[in-house]
Amino acid sequence: MTLAIQLPQAGLRRYGNLLSPMAWGALAVAAVVVFLSLFAPVLAPYDPDYVDLNNVLAGPGAQHLLGTDALGRDLLSRLMHGGRTSLLGPTIVVIGSTVLGLLLGLVAGWSEGWLGKVLGRLFDLLFAFPALLMAMLAIALFGKGLFAPILAMTIAYVPYVARLAQSLVVAERSRPYVQAYRVLGFRTPWVVLGRVLPNLIPTVGAQSTLNFGYVLADLAALSFIGLGVQPPTSDWGAMIEESRGALLGGYILPAFWPALVVVLVVVAVNVIGEELSDRIGGKLS
Amino acid sequence: MTATDHVQAPAPALPTRKREKGKATRPAMYILKKLLALVLTLFVASLAVFFSRFLVPGDPARFLLRGRSPKPEALEEITRQFGLDKPAWEQYLNWLGGILQGDWGRSLTYRQDVSDVLLGRLPTTLQLVALAAVFITVLGLFAGIVASLNKGFGDRFILITLTAAGAVPPFVAAIALVALFSVGLGWFPSFGSGDGGWDRIWHLTLPALALGITYIAMVARVTRSSMNEQLLREHVEVATSRGLTRGSVVARHVLRNALGPILTVSGVLVAGLLVSSAIIERTFGLSGIGQLLVQSIDRLDFGVVQAIVMVVVAAFVLVNTVVDLVQPLIDPRIAAGTESR
Repeated sequence: MTLAIQLPQAGLRRYGNLLSPMAWGALAVAAVVVFLSLFAPVLAPYDPDYVDLNNVLAGPGAQHLLGTDALGRDLLSRLMHGGRTSLLGPTIVVIGSTVLGLLLGLVAGWSEGWLGKVLGRLFDLLFAFPALLMAMLAIALFGKGLFAPILAMTIAYVPYVARLAQSLVVAERSRPYVQAYRVLGFRTPWVVLGRVLPNLIPTVGAQSTLNFGYVLADLAALSFIGLGVQPPTSDWGAMIEESRGALLGGYILPAFWPALVVVLVVVAVNVIGEELSDRIGGKLS
Repeated sequence: MTATDHVQAPAPALPTRKREKGKATRPAMYILKKLLALVLTLFVASLAVFFSRFLVPGDPARFLLRGRSPKPEALEEITRQFGLDKPAWEQYLNWLGGILQGDWGRSLTYRQDVSDVLLGRLPTTLQLVALAAVFITVLGLFAGIVASLNKGFGDRFILITLTAAGAVPPFVAAIALVALFSVGLGWFPSFGSGDGGWDRIWHLTLPALALGITYIAMVARVTRSSMNEQLLREHVEVATSRGLTRGSVVARHVLRNALGPILTVSGVLVAGLLVSSAIIERTFGLSGIGQLLVQSIDRLDFGVVQAIVMVVVAAFVLVNTVVDLVQPLIDPRIAAGTESR
């Protein structure tokens, strides 16, 4: 029998083994999109709302790298600025639902009595409300815009995190290290937050990464049907909606770019999320 | 298998909930338990849908009449119609009682009973969802089976295509299909639901494909991994060694056992299709329930929104219960509690 010994490799090679080439590609795509969106005010070649009626529906060229829309606005600049809105929503939802879900999941998984059962039932119930439906109900209540859907989707994604955290905590609870801390008389909050929580982060992180893609697609869809961001603010979904007239007239590019970016980002996020969950040992599947 | 594509299936049941092995549950008890859970879930969901209105601060009559001129008579009428002067629990009981008896209230925009408005829109949505379900079943199963039976390049190619297709949001798929098949090739119409019969199907083809794309990918992936798992089992080996043809082995011994996980995702699938139909119907100008939902949000017609949300949630819970009840017929171990899906 041979023993495989993994020697630490020198230099950058070490990081090469960290992720598969596909995940590196996905990470690069995500990084470029985030960078361009984040620094849009500095990097964008044009004012995204500058209307140039002499230059309507121009193709890609030196002046406008990706062309212009039906009002002569620079598509690249609009994509970059729209990215700020498109990425901000999912970021808030994912952070909110992860924090809330972790807390609820920890409580539900740790308490052996009725509390865990009640919380488990609550998660089951929340699963019956699809996120997009919850977002639309919230918009009907609080009006159009990003506030209502972000609030609703944060709640809608809590059970995905919480149920996972709960099942992980139940498994952790019976492991020797937890028993040892208990026997030694460490306080429960310290054990749970200081020792159990860190063990949940990788798996929950993978789930939350996947959630990011779904939220981004749903928020873009809401903007697309006119219930999300309202003009003059724009995001990728709203850009596709604005371009429908041009599309039916045979000008595909104004709708193509934002659609491509949405799909690219969702694919990239999925690839990263799946890579993460594979590394943890496929606990998500 | 990776976590199912666009809509994740709920995480697996907790280990503590699993019944001990070998401890059989009687079928009647199993059915009763599931039905009780159904009623309970519907009840709590109705509470959530009804009392969501109370989250909005301020005068409820003014909330229900947003965007319209709040004349004193109108405010009075809405107060009377919704019983807003009564205590909250009485309002809820009246609403629930009405829903159970088919009185779903009146729509402010259509000046009709909500149930009539819904029933008028229902056929289009049902046809759309049914056609999408056909595409999902046929294309999803086909792609999954082909991927599972072809190792190497074919499998990889289909898997990568499925990963990409699963990441395309329905509204992007709709735009892409219109660009390609309506504007580009001119094969299919991009608007309206057409007349009955074949014309209707012709009009609904692109919307149904756009609606189904995520779930075609999801069903294909579940089928593939489920079949891969079955193909390695001993009973398949035995069937092959008995000299059965490959086709009958796959149909009788692999696919049948692989159906369980596919069926499990169908609850999520139906709810997802109904919700996404809001976006697809809007895009293709189909006057179904989904478009009604978007219009009602647009026109601040809260009664209709409430009714549609309740219908979708009820459909989801119902399908899940039916799946739970059908599962044991396919795999008796589930009712016996010896195998948990």
